[in-house]
Amino acid sequence: MADTLIDIQNLVKRFDDHTVVSGVTFSVEKGEVLGFLGPNGAGKSTTMKMITGFLPPTEGKIVVCGHDVREDPLDAQREIGYLPEGAPAYSDMTPIQFLKFIAEVRGLSGEQKRKAVDQAIERSQLQNVLFQPIETLSKGFKRRVGLAQALLHDPAVLIMDEPTDGLDPNQKTVVRDLISEMAQDKAIIISTHILEEVDAVCSRAIIIDKGTVVADGTPDELVQKSRYHNSVRLILASEHAEDARPKLRGIKGVEQLDETLEEEGTVRFTLVPKNGELLGDDVAKILSDQAWKVKGLFVDQGRLDDVFQSVTTPDGQADKAPASDAPRVPSSGTTSGAPAES
Amino acid sequence: MSLALTIFRRELAGYFATPLAFVFIVVFLFATGIFTFYVGNFFSAGRADLQAFFFFHPWLYLFLIPAISMRLWAEERKSGTIELLLTLPIPLWAAVFGKFLAAWVFAGIALALTFPMWITVNYLGDPDNGVIIGSYLGSFLMAGGYLAIGSAMSAATKNQVIAFVVSVVVCFLFMLSGLPLVLEFFSGWAPQVLVDVIASFSFLSHFDSIQKGVIDIRDLIFFTSLIAFWLLVNWLLVDANRAG
Repeated sequence: MADTLIDIQNLVKRFDDHTVVSGVTFSVEKGEVLGFLGPNGAGKSTTMKMITGFLPPTEGKIVVCGHDVREDPLDAQREIGYLPEGAPAYSDMTPIQFLKFIAEVRGLSGEQKRKAVDQAIERSQLQNVLFQPIETLSKGFKRRVGLAQALLHDPAVLIMDEPTDGLDPNQKTVVRDLISEMAQDKAIIISTHILEEVDAVCSRAIIIDKGTVVADGTPDELVQKSRYHNSVRLILASEHAEDARPKLRGIKGVEQLDETLEEEGTVRFTLVPKNGELLGDDVAKILSDQAWKVKGLFVDQGRLDDVFQSVTTPDGQADKAPASDAPRVPSSGTTSGAPAES
Repeated sequence: MSLALTIFRRELAGYFATPLAFVFIVVFLFATGIFTFYVGNFFSAGRADLQAFFFFHPWLYLFLIPAISMRLWAEERKSGTIELLLTLPIPLWAAVFGKFLAAWVFAGIALALTFPMWITVNYLGDPDNGVIIGSYLGSFLMAGGYLAIGSAMSAATKNQVIAFVVSVVVCFLFMLSGLPLVLEFFSGWAPQVLVDVIASFSFLSHFDSIQKGVIDIRDLIFFTSLIAFWLLVNWLLVDANRAG
């Protein structure tokens, strides 16, 4: 565990009597890119603000590179590069002035300072806007200025609150490539509500809801928690629907059979397996026995969206119901609100 | 300390990055001129000194200094850069002091640009330049006092207008606390010691002696401890208001 760069134990944050983060525990090792997921107001940003020493935690312990953030905030902050939500920057400065200022605050001078600033500019591709006041820049460039600022001192720990928010698809790819490129020798936390981003850059994801961690694993592990993991989609000509329905329902591992009429005389069956059992063989056997016109056959890995929806409370209901009452999951009640172990 | 200076340089450059600096300096110079020549009757007084000039400084500062200080922290909170500033490895005192120093030096630049007054009075007569230098120093110290109050008020809100108005009110109370208007309010019921303490906080009475060229160590201590006290309040307010 020598390479654990961020260690968080039982983190709690209360504002007055309103609990925003209640008992979050996790650690991030060198080389990991941790995706921080959760609905708006789940406590992602608050957790990040506590790790970076902006907000003091009500309870709990945060250790960054061996420095306790509460007792030794400056030493911890030296190891951290932080992109706050919305990428704030001094709007009356130009990017070059701003980055030089950050370099000085980070204790760099002379040749070191010049190199660090040049590298940050190159990595964030700011060459063309260096001398324009930041307030005149587009949202994408502002975000990249914030990114450059966070990377400038080549920190061991990078914490970025929605780094790709407001970027166009090309810029998103650039930022994701940059994150992947830097991942090797850093511990990186990014928060996002774009689930594809987790697949694209994260080696691990944590889903946080109402201040607690409700799922923690690699993107693949999380996907396996989807009730659609290993589900089979079968598209048939609609004349076979009556015939197929009982046969498909008869397959042993099928928990639920959904049926949708598609356009142009086809029907789509979705076979949801019990506990992710593999249904392919059984479906193939039935198909080989029958002379149905098969228009399509797919095995789904499941999507993070499904997992996300099943373990979190929808927006705006955060204070009303406990997670198990979440009405979002369509169906059988076995998966709704059940945390990680299901 | 070098971090405080880094903050100081950024903040001072910030004043000159916008028209604020130039507008402020022009208004300040015009206002000092008008008060000295028209209201203060500089010429008809027929004396070779700058009393008519310095006499109005406490009043000018009352409205102009909060205009310098209002942005110091309110703007950081409004724009969210406070989160950046407070997560950089800078001790909070260095940020508080660096910002204050930038505002103070800026006020000092504005004050120094009134040098034509000094040239004029030297051209017209034979003033006691020691008194004038003392008065400039006193005025600068007093500006620091106003600024420290304004800086603390700026840390209490994210709205610059509120910061301005509250600063003016607090500065006004400090300025007038030696006058009968304020003292009579207390003297009816408060013990004499308290009334004396309140009276001793008055900017006007402390500035009055400096303005006449008498640099009393007690006045220096008053202004420096006033600055130190309000910077401490500033520090506490920034720390307490992180979340807001």
